[in-house]
Amino acid sequence: MATPDEVFEQVLAEETSKGSSPAVAQARAKAARVRAQRGAKDPSKPDKSTAPPPSSNPEASGAAAETSAQPAAESAAKPAATATKPAASKPAAKPTTGAPAKRAVGNGSGAVPERVQRLLAVVKPEAIQKVERQPMDRVNVWPHLMAAEMVALLVVLGALTIFSLMVDAPLRELSNFNQTPNPSKAPWYFLGLQELLRYFHPQVAGVTIPTVIIIALFAAPYIDRNPSTRPDDRKFAIVMFSFFMLTFAVLTIIGMFFRGPGFNFVYPWEGGIFFEL
Amino acid sequence: MAKASGWNPRQKLAERVDQLHNGQLWRSIFRPGSIFRRGYADSPRNRAYVVMNSLLYHLHPVKVKRHGIKLSYTLCLGGLSFFLFILLTITGIYLMFFYRPAVEIVYEDMQRLHTQVSFGLLVRNLHRWGAHLMVISVFLHMARVFYTGAYKPPREFNWIVGVILLLLTLLLAFTGYLLPWDQLAVWAVTVGTEMMKQSPVVGDQVQFALLGGPVIGPETLLRWYTLHVLFLPFIIVIFISIHFWRVRKDGGISGPL
Repeated sequence: MATPDEVFEQVLAEETSKGSSPAVAQARAKAARVRAQRGAKDPSKPDKSTAPPPSSNPEASGAAAETSAQPAAESAAKPAATATKPAASKPAAKPTTGAPAKRAVGNGSGAVPERVQRLLAVVKPEAIQKVERQPMDRVNVWPHLMAAEMVALLVVLGALTIFSLMVDAPLRELSNFNQTPNPSKAPWYFLGLQELLRYFHPQVAGVTIPTVIIIALFAAPYIDRNPSTRPDDRKFAIVMFSFFMLTFAVLTIIGMFFRGPGFNFVYPWEGGIFFEL
Repeated sequence: MAKASGWNPRQKLAERVDQLHNGQLWRSIFRPGSIFRRGYADSPRNRAYVVMNSLLYHLHPVKVKRHGIKLSYTLCLGGLSFFLFILLTITGIYLMFFYRPAVEIVYEDMQRLHTQVSFGLLVRNLHRWGAHLMVISVFLHMARVFYTGAYKPPREFNWIVGVILLLLTLLLAFTGYLLPWDQLAVWAVTVGTEMMKQSPVVGDQVQFALLGGPVIGPETLLRWYTLHVLFLPFIIVIFISIHFWRVRKDGGISGPL
């Protein structure tokens, strides 16, 4: 007679050759090993009678039957081994059979009554693999993250307060619609677009380009199909985004510091700075 | 002898405080994990309670991936954007006490804010510099998310919400820019809205709706004031909520790289 480990290997090979998924094959092989172990301890019971092999379940019974075979068979195996009763003779396919089986043993009743099995839960094949996933290294938010956040918050608040004490927000004279300041500039975050107006038709610089940028930003996750997050694997995306950011930064800086009266080019160290935040 | 068992104010006070802390009122207000509750000790359970039992802190999960708390990963940019939004709300409410959006008096109000209102200038400075800083930090937050690839599945939709938040931030900054009603504000907004007029088909209508007329005028001020203090903050709070909620639902912080 084959040892339990041999049975395991044998069933595993059979299942694999049948084309079962690795999780299912493993579960069935483990169940067979448990049966073999029990059979070795209790030779009076033939292997077949203690638990029908789960592989005999029709495939139609679905993933629930296949994958739950392992835990059910294992939990049912213990009472059967100690009390030498066919307590585990119910179909090992149902995950709920472990507890009732033990109760039947405790009652000391000689025969196991016929039972209607209920399906309590459907365990998908992937669920087994999820349990085997490596646990992440995690830390408590309090105090580790929240302390860092508090420090960042205080640093920014402190720096902003000091800056506000030293530099006053601009307030020029009352608005006068008859007197256009020269140059008149948009707020700094639109100066990149205003700079583009020097090179393109207003409809291109003021409408088309911003629209394209916004749509490209919205679509970025769907355009970039590369699943990796490692910088080495996504050089193209990084170069494209950096190019886009740098272009706009340069345009904005030119608009801020290098544009004088008439929005003409001027070096800030020669003509002065025509820019207010 | 009489003195020892007699009236001891310090001990009496300690007893009263103890009674208060153990009383029903106190315990009903401060949930477990609050630092005001008696008997906070550093234990895993209490560390979890601090986060779970606080309305503000429970935006966070109880635990995060270890790499996520590294400063070099997020640079705190998202959190700082949110903090600046709160700061701008608070300083903005203070400014609203002294500001009337009518062209005849608005500039007077601005001058009074600078010269007569307690801390008026400081609060205005905080509001203005904080606003510029928020635009920068939202931009940089977007860049960080891109460079760490945090917009990839399952976080695609949250990236979209983030882009909407960026646009809302720009709109908030732009509408606020007009409110001082000085030469700088009015002409900057003129330049900005001239661009909108260029939109095909609906350009003129969009500009008319935003300005409340063909050119900037009293209606514009009232319109942009309402947008700035009520409408846009209302919208952005909704999107901020979705943004934070999706961060949690999409599996917390992204990465590691």
